[in-house]
Amino acid sequence: MTPAGKPRNALAGGIAQIGACGLFLLSILAAVPASLRHIRETVRQVWFVGAMSLTIIMTCGLFVGMVLGLQLYYVLSIFGGTAALGTVVSLALYRELGPVVTALLFAGRAGTSITAEIGLMRATDQLSAMEMMAVDPLAYVVTPRFLAGVIAMPLLACVFNALGIFGAHLVGVAWLGLDNGTFWSNMTSSVDVWKDVINGLWKSVAFGAVITLIATFQGYTTPPTSEGVAYATTRTVVFSSIVVLALDFVMTAFLM
Amino acid sequence: MPDLTPADDSTLIRIRGLKTVLNGKTIFDGVDLDIPRGKVTAVMGPSGTGKTTLMRHITGQLAPDAGSVVVDGRDVPRLSRGDLFRLREKIGYLFQNSALLTDFSVFENVAFPLRQHLRLPEELIRNIVLTKLQAVGLRGAAELMPSELSGGMARRVALARAIVRDPMLVIYDEPFVGLDPIALNQVVKLIRMLNDTLGLTGILVAHEFSAVKRVADQVYLIAAGKIAAHGTPAELAADTSPWTRQFFGGEADGPVPFHYPARDYALDLGFPEARA
Ligand SMILES: Nc1ncnc2c1ncn2[C@@H]1O[C@H](COP(=O)(O)OP(=O)(O)O)[C@@H](O)[C@H]1O
Ligand SMILES: [Mg+2]
Repeated sequence: MTPAGKPRNALAGGIAQIGACGLFLLSILAAVPASLRHIRETVRQVWFVGAMSLTIIMTCGLFVGMVLGLQLYYVLSIFGGTAALGTVVSLALYRELGPVVTALLFAGRAGTSITAEIGLMRATDQLSAMEMMAVDPLAYVVTPRFLAGVIAMPLLACVFNALGIFGAHLVGVAWLGLDNGTFWSNMTSSVDVWKDVINGLWKSVAFGAVITLIATFQGYTTPPTSEGVAYATTRTVVFSSIVVLALDFVMTAFLM
Repeated sequence: MPDLTPADDSTLIRIRGLKTVLNGKTIFDGVDLDIPRGKVTAVMGPSGTGKTTLMRHITGQLAPDAGSVVVDGRDVPRLSRGDLFRLREKIGYLFQNSALLTDFSVFENVAFPLRQHLRLPEELIRNIVLTKLQAVGLRGAAELMPSELSGGMARRVALARAIVRDPMLVIYDEPFVGLDPIALNQVVKLIRMLNDTLGLTGILVAHEFSAVKRVADQVYLIAAGKIAAHGTPAELAADTSPWTRQFFGGEADGPVPFHYPARDYALDLGFPEARA
């Protein structure tokens, strides 16, 4: 192999992977009607990826909100504008931090477990066994997890936002002595439901789709060995994080 | 286009001129094989010769590089996914490594094919599943999870799952591995009984000639990508060809290679005089 051949092959390999992932998305979407027959699987998966991620999402939401409250209180006090604390914190959460941090936590908590689970099913022939029982693993295993991610992510982002605002309120009002009424009334008068809240939720829907697509793809196509599953799990976190942050920039530019 | 009309109706599976190359390694090089309806056919051969691969060809999990695989009048490699699934609904497949679904209990594993394809009342599902579990001696283990089973128990649960829909063809990939002599004896009887009473066609991949002798109507011995011998168990036991003698005698030296292709042994161990 020539020295120049290797990176070019890696590049070609990367592009081929992206193409394969795109085709995988198409086959997931094509399997949606069939997966409605297994609607209970989808519900079960919403429980798994959603409810299981709640603890980490709530804890992190609370701390992020408290840190935001402290930092922004300090910055705003320079301009004598601490009354805007509620507004600034909630805008930051709704527009950026809620969807993005939830997505990164979700990739680490739910994405990895989806990859490991499907990868192990591949390695132990469970996916082939389903094929042999005339059950399409795409419709039974993959698509329910994909749909669950798309459904659970915006809900988790809402929980994250709520806990974040609560954390900022704890710091700003209960600790630093900001007026409770000012905190809430400034927030409610300047946050726009469509521009701020709904746009943020669109982001979470997109992130949920992207992360579960990457997680299921990595699991489904893993080499059927324990090593292969371990690498696939790592790749899920790395690729999801990169794609989420890049997609966040693109979506922000379009949704502004 | 392969000839889809069977020579006579008694042939369920017909394979002609099968050629398969995996990762540059030739697995099959011109294999012809017939599986008669309602009989048990054993496929034997050294491990790594491609017995599992042959089963994957028959069930359409893997397409051959050349040759035809006709099952029940259907050209398997060319079936659409829907037609393939319809064919597989009539095939029970016991995986070499059991492949139980780890999320489900023993009961739900056996019930899985029923629940996925038939709308049956819960009562009936329960009866069918418990009957099959009783047949493999594991009715009492119905509520265990696969992680709580030994290898031999998992094998028997997988066997119950393979036969739960009374398929026309059952493929047993090494069903005796990990079984104690009592369980082995029961499984041998079960395979024979399914064949005698329900008329199922069976393909049995196994190494235990003593067990094969008791269940199989005919035996194919595969070695080095070809059919090395073919006949009834009695014929094979009496066969004097070097292939069969070596395989059943368990010798390392002979026409069937025991050693994976390798460099010269002495060279590998670093004896320089071997180079001479
Ligand atoms: N997916 C695969 N890719 C490449 N080689 C394979 C694959 N599956 C099996 N093989 C090779 O094919 C040969 C036959 O395997 P198999 O059919 O499992 O043998 P056995 O007769 O023991 O069941 C082995 O040498 C194995 O290394
Ligand atoms: Mg095998």
